[in-house]
Amino acid sequence: MMAQTGFGRRYFKAFVSGFFVAVPVTVTVLDRLAYVARVEGASMQPSLNPDGESSPDVVLLNRWSVRNYQVHRGDIVSVLSPKDPQQKIIKRVIGIEGDFIKTLGYKNRYVRVPDGHLWIEGDHHGHSFDSNTFGPVSLGLVHGRASHIIWPPSRWQRIEPSVPLERRPLLNWDGATEDGDD
Amino acid sequence: MDTSKVCQLTPWDTRGYSTALNPRFVKTGRMFRGFFVKTISFVGYTVQYGCIAHCAFEYIGEFVSCSGPSMEPTITNHDVVFSKRVSRHLCRIQKGHIVIAKSPFDPKMNICKRVMGLEGDKVCTSGPSDVFKTHTYVPRGHVWLEGDNLRNSTDSRSYGPIPYALIRGRVCLKMWPPHSFGVLAESPNDGRIL
Repeated sequence: MMAQTGFGRRYFKAFVSGFFVAVPVTVTVLDRLAYVARVEGASMQPSLNPDGESSPDVVLLNRWSVRNYQVHRGDIVSVLSPKDPQQKIIKRVIGIEGDFIKTLGYKNRYVRVPDGHLWIEGDHHGHSFDSNTFGPVSLGLVHGRASHIIWPPSRWQRIEPSVPLERRPLLNWDGATEDGDD
Repeated sequence: MDTSKVCQLTPWDTRGYSTALNPRFVKTGRMFRGFFVKTISFVGYTVQYGCIAHCAFEYIGEFVSCSGPSMEPTITNHDVVFSKRVSRHLCRIQKGHIVIAKSPFDPKMNICKRVMGLEGDKVCTSGPSDVFKTHTYVPRGHVWLEGDNLRNSTDSRSYGPIPYALIRGRVCLKMWPPHSFGVLAESPNDGRIL
């Protein structure tokens, strides 16, 4: 009996000390370094979820690279939805602050992205709930940058930033390529 | 046991076994190993406590030093307040609460304002001295923030409603200066909360 309680206590102690290491470290890594998320919906087809609901992609969100809110055109970022604070949406950055954007169905035909804001769009035009619906989003809502597709294994790849040709900003695009390289 | 290990560690020593058996070398090896273990455990503890601190600041609360005149007289310049992060994660922000939020135009800057309206609420967009009162409705997922010092505050009246997700925490206690320690006062312009 004595041996049993001693063993139980030791087990309990080990569990508590392990708990106080594992949980904070995990939470911190998920908050600061990287986060793994499953992509739902068809708004980013064909870059993500090309087969629809049958095999959802799992992406690695790099949170370290957006710690200073440095986001480039063409990056795929996850953003806290401005319409629902509990939800995160994943879209492509089309314009950063100061860009002139030709919108698709927004209330204004041309928009200048205000300071500290981003213009984000899904790759699947017309099936995406993006800046064309709710306007530019604040940089403070950026949650992470999708850097890799990690599941399914056949689609394991690094995500390269790219802006669709017809969706490039209207002005300072040439100057912007130099910015984008560094 | 120890000597054999030292011999293995220094196979390049050509001066013969007498050097390898030298107790000075044995001691150096032990010291090096002790130093190594100490460094590893120090790094481990640093990481562990750093992570615990991060979780506490991120999910429980943090101390914030406020500057600027926009919340006078409730919070004056250089006051230190305690901001509770839990209420934001549990969506417990209500009208009349003072919150700390990321500025919508500069995410590295934080603003401290009072919530005047949640999503769907009717809010007053005109200043206190305007003759004609104008109203608007707060869209879904947004909040309307105003400073208590209406004459000297840049807030939702100039840049519109801000997304709820920009809120970092609710200010619940004033810590400094000591004579004003305690719960924060109610809004001086209560009539504006509709």
